[in-house]
Amino acid sequence: MRFLNRSAGRLSRHRRSKLAGLVLMLLALVGTGTVYSAFAPASAEQAETDAEMVAKGRELFLVGCSFCHGANGEGQQTKSGDALGPTLVGVGAAAVDFQVGTGRMPAAQPGQQIPSKRLAYSQEEIDALAAYVATLGPGPAIPTEEQYSTAGMTDEEREEAVVRGGQIFLTNCTACHNFEGSGGAMPEGGYAPKIRGVEPRHIYEAMLTGPQGMPTFSNGTMPPDAKRDVIAYLESLEANPGYGGFGMGGLGPVSEGLFAWILGIGSLVGFAVWIAAHTTRTQKAPAATTAVEEQA
Amino acid sequence: MSHLDTSKVADSNRGSAATAQKPSKVGAVANWADERLGLATAMKKQIRKVFPDHWSFMLGEVALWSFVVLLLTGVFLTLWFVPSMGEVTYQGSYDELRGVHVSEAFNSTMTISFDVRGGLLMRQMHHWSAMLFIAAMMVHLLRVFFTGAHRKPRELNWVIGCLLLLLGTLEGFTGYSLPDDLLSGTGIRAADGFMKSMPVVGTYMSFFLFGGEFPGEVIIPRLYIVHVLLIPGILLALIGAHMLLLVYHKHTQWPGPGRTEQNVVGFPLMPVYAAKAGGFFFIVFGVTALMGGLLSINPVWKYGPYDPSKVTAGSQPDWYMGWPDGALRIMPGWESHFLGYTLSWNVLLPIIVLPGLMFTILLMLPFVESFITGDKRNHHLLQRPRNAPTRTATMVALMTFYGLLWAAGGNDIIAITFDLSINQITYFMRVAVFVGPLIAFYITRRWCISLQRQDNEKLLHGYETGVIMRSPEGGYSEKHLPLPEATAHALASRAPDEQFTVESETDENGVVAPHSRKARLRAALSAKMYADNVQPPTAEELDEAHHHAEHEHQLQAPMDGVAADGHQFDDHHRAVEDDTLRH
Amino acid sequence: MTDLEHRTAGALAAPDDEAPGLPAHTWRPTDVDPKAEKRAERQVATLFVLSMVCVVLFIIAYFTIDIGDNHDTAAGLGASTLALGGTLGLALLFIGVGVIQWARKLMGDHEIVEMRHPAVSSDEDRERVIADLTAGAEESGIGRRPLLRNTMLGALGLVGITPIIALRDLGPLPGDSLMHTAWRAGMRVVVDVLGTPIRPEDLEFGTLVNCQPADIYALDEEGEPLYEGVDLHVAKAKASLIIVRMEPEAIIPGPGRENWSVDGIQGYSKICTHVGCPISLYERTTHHVLCPCHQSTFDLSDSAAVIFGPANRPLPQLPLAVDDEGYLIAQSDFTEPVGPSFWERDSS
Repeated sequence: MRFLNRSAGRLSRHRRSKLAGLVLMLLALVGTGTVYSAFAPASAEQAETDAEMVAKGRELFLVGCSFCHGANGEGQQTKSGDALGPTLVGVGAAAVDFQVGTGRMPAAQPGQQIPSKRLAYSQEEIDALAAYVATLGPGPAIPTEEQYSTAGMTDEEREEAVVRGGQIFLTNCTACHNFEGSGGAMPEGGYAPKIRGVEPRHIYEAMLTGPQGMPTFSNGTMPPDAKRDVIAYLESLEANPGYGGFGMGGLGPVSEGLFAWILGIGSLVGFAVWIAAHTTRTQKAPAATTAVEEQA
Repeated sequence: MSHLDTSKVADSNRGSAATAQKPSKVGAVANWADERLGLATAMKKQIRKVFPDHWSFMLGEVALWSFVVLLLTGVFLTLWFVPSMGEVTYQGSYDELRGVHVSEAFNSTMTISFDVRGGLLMRQMHHWSAMLFIAAMMVHLLRVFFTGAHRKPRELNWVIGCLLLLLGTLEGFTGYSLPDDLLSGTGIRAADGFMKSMPVVGTYMSFFLFGGEFPGEVIIPRLYIVHVLLIPGILLALIGAHMLLLVYHKHTQWPGPGRTEQNVVGFPLMPVYAAKAGGFFFIVFGVTALMGGLLSINPVWKYGPYDPSKVTAGSQPDWYMGWPDGALRIMPGWESHFLGYTLSWNVLLPIIVLPGLMFTILLMLPFVESFITGDKRNHHLLQRPRNAPTRTATMVALMTFYGLLWAAGGNDIIAITFDLSINQITYFMRVAVFVGPLIAFYITRRWCISLQRQDNEKLLHGYETGVIMRSPEGGYSEKHLPLPEATAHALASRAPDEQFTVESETDENGVVAPHSRKARLRAALSAKMYADNVQPPTAEELDEAHHHAEHEHQLQAPMDGVAADGHQFDDHHRAVEDDTLRH
Repeated sequence: MTDLEHRTAGALAAPDDEAPGLPAHTWRPTDVDPKAEKRAERQVATLFVLSMVCVVLFIIAYFTIDIGDNHDTAAGLGASTLALGGTLGLALLFIGVGVIQWARKLMGDHEIVEMRHPAVSSDEDRERVIADLTAGAEESGIGRRPLLRNTMLGALGLVGITPIIALRDLGPLPGDSLMHTAWRAGMRVVVDVLGTPIRPEDLEFGTLVNCQPADIYALDEEGEPLYEGVDLHVAKAKASLIIVRMEPEAIIPGPGRENWSVDGIQGYSKICTHVGCPISLYERTTHHVLCPCHQSTFDLSDSAAVIFGPANRPLPQLPLAVDDEGYLIAQSDFTEPVGPSFWERDSS
């Protein structure tokens, strides 16, 4: 302080009020708060604009979803009584985040199974839709990152999570989705889709909400840490190299047999054709005629 | 003293004086061996043995060399594999399974895959060559059948070959079950279900095989000894017999110039055939090694150890068991319940009865054919498939049946790959496996007959040159030229079909011939077999055709000496100035 | 003579006719041109040398590329297997291709002829053998002494039974072990792998849980698991269960099974009645469960009746109840044998 205000300090010390320090601190606090709120992440504002999000979500809903799901998400039936879109009351934000976030919704057409496709909405719009649908009835919420991520675990904990996740995966998931998550067939043209390359949040939501025909793995019987372990296992599968070479689709013996025939037998028959083929011939004869033996 | 005729005695056998030579090392060894084993006598006929050359004769070699690769890689694997179901905790380097309870068999397989250098390569080479072994046997079987090489005197070799195919399939099944992983364990569970379904003895067989209730703890060691000792022993013996018969009968050959039923034309075993066969061994080995290094097969670490409460979608056996699996999938759920017993038709028919029936049909094919044709001659010249339309069509029908069932075995993979419904695929297959072979039979037969007609056209009228001529009157015709001599000979040397006819049912005294009903059946079948077949032209027909051809050639004489005279493909083309057409 | 026989007599060339004979031999460029010959030699030699190079690479790869805990990777694949397989495969292929090239380009390629001999033995051999066999049979007297022959055959036949008898201890007799599972009255239902018991409130409509009897995860007095090793697998192969919850109105209870479900919660055997694969491919919307092995489909809202596929019998249902602490329990063991059909099944 001395070199900053050598002369002023000696003079002003006697002019300062006793409360000067307190006022200064208050000013500093208000200033910090203002600066913080100016740069703070949006979540700080969500508490105030939740209603706005719900309203925005409702608008998007009316435009993009109400045709099949009803103006108030109550579900819609065709004239002949078939379900066009099920009721969304109670499906929760998690279901919306999954369905719209993987591009399944809005569905291009009703059918046995709605495939995932290009996203139709941005993440903000998805959040708005999710917020709106969540107001229709109590349902599962979008998971937080701690719930589905192993970040922050020690290596040992992560390894244990991966191993346990693998056993849970093999018991509950591979029957439909296959040992590598390559997907599998379900009755009447349905299918359990490929789950490789899917975002961890969406995997969690799928387990929680049971989209389409998938059963729900409720948190009561598959608690969040079990779900997290399954996700950790899937991530480790994807991170692993193909130890034995190209995986040929991860579909098991069918593709292996196909490759054995096409590549294996095909190339060997190709070699056989080459081996037994006539070699190049020339019209000339060798310079010195050598006696040729012909055995009878 | 009698006069000795020395006129034939040579004055000398060399031009210069003989000098003593040291015996060579190789000669010394050969001498040692020969004095004890009589090697020269044993080898004398074989060293320059003639083998005809054609690519389709090498398909059996693929199987043979694959078997050698299996033996070599298999021995490697046995040095690490532990055939025990005792429980251990996995502590190897594959993190995702650390701490999981696995069997010793699975544990040792994981060790081979992750902690033995080259171990995963050998495992994969072993599995790929097993697939190739059975595929090659099948392709070889088809080649032999389509070309008529299963006829006398080779029927027994056919039987041996069918047994090899069956044993190879069993060997593959026991082999891929050894690691005790989830996928193969599911297959063993299904096999247990098959056994239990057998009437009366089913549960006993199941309990005896598994040493108690499924899964027990002895199935892996038992399958191991079947896989490394019992079946390979039988395979080696049968392969030896198969090769012995091949050497004794000599290989069949295609008809052609200089080739008759009495000779074999080709290359000598030493050096050409040995080089080609030996080189092919290295090629088969090399291709298998490349596949083993580049393509991941049976990744047991992803399946995990077998657990009766776990399963994966897309549970199929290896491809060669796909067709009984397909039959099992499309079978309707029929069971009979009577007197407190259950008879599972839904398992018995597709898994026990059908494969047994198919295998028996396969075995009996040469004998059924010789019964119908009554042909007792030796056949060493091959037939083109088109020249035996009914035989070719029969096998194509069997292949269609096999192929449809094989596809049915992968119905869930087909469903997700092509966006279909497994239910629809199953319903389709239920009908297709009966209708498909019939359609295939009909189409193949008519196709062969039309090819026969085409061959006859070529023989009688020559081949189409693509040169269109216009006569002075304005008519267009295409110029035909006679086939090259070798081709014509090969086509014409085909023996016409000989139908079995019944001479007469009663002799002059009115006594009915014995076995007349069998003979009549035979004659009827023989007639059906050769119905509509096109016979090769007789000598008269050929003469007439040649006369006609001569006449045509006179008409076409002005065309000779022109670049586009049509002789490009039969070596009769006479070069013309500025001739740029390809020969 | 039939038409066919007439044709035989007039056929152009019986296969035995050698005309036109073996075609004249044509030479290869390597036979006539020394430069081509040298080039082919160099080609073959290069292939062999390349093979040797690949072997050296194999050895280098073997000792430098790591597996195990520090698994080396290349292009997303395991480097060791890739390198070893690639070098070994090429080493072998080069030898093979080299030998074949040698045979095709440089070895003599004159076709030679060898005569066949009939497969049948010569008449004299046959007579000789028949004579020898007859003499041998005569001297043995087996034809003249039916008593000896028959008793010998009887003895040989009977002694052949001994190994079959000796195989009796391959396994125990089935008894009634297939009729029972590890489930007992009052045993809690626990979640597989996690081992936690289940309250009805934990399940939502549309939930499927893969379960086991509580004993599977129980410990005995010494703290050792009740079931381990083989016993664990044997127990799981019959006791594995799926619990599903659906709207109670959707359930059509089987006769006498009205109280087998709790608030729309039912329990069914996880083991398919076809050949025993575990089933849990549940479609929440249709209440159908599919077996991945052979596609048998069961309707869990209708006592697991078979609606498609090769299975014949519905999945056995486990009667459920709730104990006084609110956890799901089994009322009793399954009332019918679990798993694939077998001959004695209906007689329980």
